[in-house]
Amino acid sequence: MTKPTTASGHKGLQLEQELIFEQDTQGTTAVDLPHILEYRERLGEFACEDAIGLPGLSEPEVVRHYTRLSQKNYSIDSGFYPLGSCTMKHNPRLNEKMARLPGFADIHPFQPISTVQGAFELIDTCAHWLTELTGMAAVAMSPAAGAHGELCGLMCIKSAHDAAGSTRSVVLVPDSAHGTNPATAALCGYMVESIPANEEGRVDIEALKQRLSPNIAAVMITNPNTCGLFERECIAIAEAVHAAGAFLYMDGANYNAIVGRLRIGDLGVDAMHINLHKTFSTPHGGGGPGAGPTVLSEALAPFAPVPMVVRGPAGFEAEEHAGFDTGGQSFGRMKGYHGQFGVFVRAVAYMMSMGVDGLKQASGDAVLNANYLLARLSEELTPAFPGPCMHEAVFNDRFLKGTGVTTLDIAKALIDEGFHPPTIYFPLVVHGALLMEPTETESKAVLDQFVESMLHLARKAKAGGAAEEFQAAPQLAPRRRPDETKAARKPVLRWAPPDESSAARQAAE
Amino acid sequence: MRYLPLTDSNRADMLAAIGANSVDELFRDLPKSALASAQFDLPNTQSEMEVERALGAMAAKNLNCGQAPSFLGAGNYRHHTPAALDYIIQRGEFLTAYTPYQPEISQGTLQAIYEFQTQVALITGMEVANASMYDGATACSEAVGMACRVTKRNKALISGKVHPHYADVTATSMKFLNVAVERLAPDPFNLEALIGRVGADLACVVVQTPGFFGHLGNYGALAAVCRAAGVLLIVCVTDPVSLGALVPPGRMGADIVVVEGQSLAGPMSFGGPGVGLFATREKYIRQMPGRLVGETTDEDGRRGWVLTLSTREQHIRREKATSNICTNSGLIALAFSVHMTLLGEAGFKRLAKLNHAMATILAEKLEKVPGVCVLPTSFFNEFTVELAIPAADVVERLAKRGVMGGIPVSRFYPTYPEGQDLLLVTATETNTTEDIDTFVGALKEVLS
Amino acid sequence: MSQIRFSKDHEWIAVDGDVGTVGITQYAQNRLGDIVFIEVPEAGKEIKAGGEAAVVESVKAASEVYAPVSGTIAEGNGALVDTPETVNTDPQGDGWFFKIKIADVAELDGLMDQAAYEAYLAELDA
Repeated sequence: MTKPTTASGHKGLQLEQELIFEQDTQGTTAVDLPHILEYRERLGEFACEDAIGLPGLSEPEVVRHYTRLSQKNYSIDSGFYPLGSCTMKHNPRLNEKMARLPGFADIHPFQPISTVQGAFELIDTCAHWLTELTGMAAVAMSPAAGAHGELCGLMCIKSAHDAAGSTRSVVLVPDSAHGTNPATAALCGYMVESIPANEEGRVDIEALKQRLSPNIAAVMITNPNTCGLFERECIAIAEAVHAAGAFLYMDGANYNAIVGRLRIGDLGVDAMHINLHKTFSTPHGGGGPGAGPTVLSEALAPFAPVPMVVRGPAGFEAEEHAGFDTGGQSFGRMKGYHGQFGVFVRAVAYMMSMGVDGLKQASGDAVLNANYLLARLSEELTPAFPGPCMHEAVFNDRFLKGTGVTTLDIAKALIDEGFHPPTIYFPLVVHGALLMEPTETESKAVLDQFVESMLHLARKAKAGGAAEEFQAAPQLAPRRRPDETKAARKPVLRWAPPDESSAARQAAE
Repeated sequence: MRYLPLTDSNRADMLAAIGANSVDELFRDLPKSALASAQFDLPNTQSEMEVERALGAMAAKNLNCGQAPSFLGAGNYRHHTPAALDYIIQRGEFLTAYTPYQPEISQGTLQAIYEFQTQVALITGMEVANASMYDGATACSEAVGMACRVTKRNKALISGKVHPHYADVTATSMKFLNVAVERLAPDPFNLEALIGRVGADLACVVVQTPGFFGHLGNYGALAAVCRAAGVLLIVCVTDPVSLGALVPPGRMGADIVVVEGQSLAGPMSFGGPGVGLFATREKYIRQMPGRLVGETTDEDGRRGWVLTLSTREQHIRREKATSNICTNSGLIALAFSVHMTLLGEAGFKRLAKLNHAMATILAEKLEKVPGVCVLPTSFFNEFTVELAIPAADVVERLAKRGVMGGIPVSRFYPTYPEGQDLLLVTATETNTTEDIDTFVGALKEVLS
Repeated sequence: MSQIRFSKDHEWIAVDGDVGTVGITQYAQNRLGDIVFIEVPEAGKEIKAGGEAAVVESVKAASEVYAPVSGTIAEGNGALVDTPETVNTDPQGDGWFFKIKIADVAELDGLMDQAAYEAYLAELDA
């Protein structure tokens, strides 16, 4: 039976939706504002009444527009999201409720300090949890996301070397690292050199030792690493790094695997960012906002950026000026105001809800879930490394050899099965990688359903003759595979009125 | 624990499938010494009610802006949020989705970003905009970095009317890239002359309108001089509502426009999270930081959207990326876009007019108070007043009378002597004439 | 009479007198996939062998094109800016990236000839 076509373009509950610009009724608004009192304009020569080109819609049209758009999205609320490296765990609604308390939401960053003692207490509470969980001396709260936290850590490291009069120029980063690591090191003016991995997917410590020299400023490692494995030799690595006069930066993207179990301060780490939107359940929001507080060792703490919340005789105070009231060693400011305050509220609501015992249970369940996937899927897939793994399981594409089916095809076929695909082709050191991070959020029943789908796809690929069907996937999603080449060759990055855009197209041709 | 679905019997079954005796066995690669020393002085799990009580008590220690007439700005503004906005951004499909890497099941987020990019380009008067940055201050810093890449020069000039946090963040990040940043002194009296400072050694000049002290600036002449010298003009805007009433920066000749979008995106939330809007000219798109969404078609020829030009980004380009940014401010960008859609052209312009009206009414009443001088002759919804006594004291005394009457300039420039008596004051559509009368009355008492 | 030489980074250089025309090989374009953007050097730019001379981007990858020999850029292939797909369809013809005035023709001896390059490719695919 062929699929019916519809006059509307809709397919049952899959509703097509035009751009807001295509629904414009000039003059319509969804916001009725109060009467404007008489006033004497003081805009001078800067006043402008010209048309901007924004569309006008009523409230029901706007609500329907975004409701329909939302229905084209996969989300952790609607299903399993095993996106490796991203820690897609449940986002509790209590977090949202707390962030909307007027005492947290409706306060201004420059109210008199006496009127926002509760806000500073909230920041201090979040900081206390983070330093206590990590066993580190201090935490810089202002970085806005993980990559921003990495930058904070490396800026502290550069400042510490500068203060000691050392001019080291190279940062060592493993090949398996997240792309942010080398990008961040470059933003601090460092050259990046790679550290080789050994066959079991871990840092080759002997090779690392040979690379350490008086020109190495820092070593950045991810632990658990991007292959989902704990760096067993991490203490020896830290000792070797310190013996060479360098600092050890640890990428905290995978912190969810170890939270509540060990303190990274006990491993000899000098700095680590913590993605509150991963480990501490604040929502990813389709690409942010997150927060990347960065914990620091004694050696780096003096260089932390402002602002810092401190306790004074009359309650909390804020150090807001680098070099003015901090003793002069702070490297400066990374972000406006007091950091991602609304994200801190959500994270604290989660920390308090879980408790330290709940966090330990969560990292245990996250690791158990990943190992369960590793064990069950090994029936048909090829694990990149022998287990046990930490909170994510990585497979290579050897099981697809000769089938004409690629990792990408498997990912797209999983969409038709109703699952968000795992992270694919990362880490780069694993050929055709499928990186799965189930998190502690998933029940065994969900994992079993996913395993059934995954095994089904692997068997279908191996049976042969299905390559074309795989290459056509997904067929059941709101859209099929997009033409990315077309999008990149002649980028169309904004809507333009029809006559204008067709003229622009003609001009381009 | 209410967030954890596994039962003990599940755990036992799963361990059996794995072939392990205990969960601890799965952690065998962790150093024994570190496992042994891990002590945490932290509380155990709590019920939802207990957490609500504790955080509710903490929140109640703050004086929120709904409890007291407030006239605070300096880059973070209190505007009304339509009820529909918060409903939309709390839909789980937006709130709990990741970055739209799988376009087939992310068209909602992708289309919304495309609409956002278009809205930002329209209100700034620019050709293209990206999918957002962390906030206005970091966007400003990224803009300077981009100007250095475009011009292959490494010197930037920042006006004394730029928000001090924007200048601080930019100077901090540029220091690590060996870019020389010249920051002009704070300019509350509108004395600064930028044109004479433009030379072919500069990558960019950074200005702000409305300026930090409230002045409106026409940078058309500066833009022309910059263009002649191959220097990029970066214009910052801290309250996008102003773009509903003022000449857009693009029309003045800006090369890059950065805007803090918080004021239209929802609550002040103590200053974060915000959202950085970033717009530029089409010819610079490959040097632009941040994510971009572009239009394309799928295999069935249907229109759709996709992340594009991602080869500029860290996950492909690594140390040669235009920026290290990945998570940005997606949900706040969505909130901004939803608010712009709700307002529409008519609502946006009316909101701007209403803001300006309230600010002029406040200014006229303040001008009648002895010992108060409003500094800018033209302004939007924020201006600086000069008092006869230190502004920090005045603010504390106003707070005791239940009014949050502005921000002392000394909070930003503690070592700038001319700033001690200056107060930044803002009025928005959330202020009523009663609020204004309360403020003016309290200020008269404090100054008398 | 022109001769063609190849680098290990999969650039080709066709030499005519002291001017070389440089592009990327069939193998390289195949590996990159659909090419979406190309940046070619401006005439007059001096460049050392192994230095970054041009940029080539596909949807999923970006890489530098290195100068196989030292010299001065004589011409960049401006046509590629609007039609980068030419590198996919005709990498060793119309898809050339730039012409370079070779500083030292002896440097060509460090590059592979057709047979050596083919052997090199066979080794890579093994």
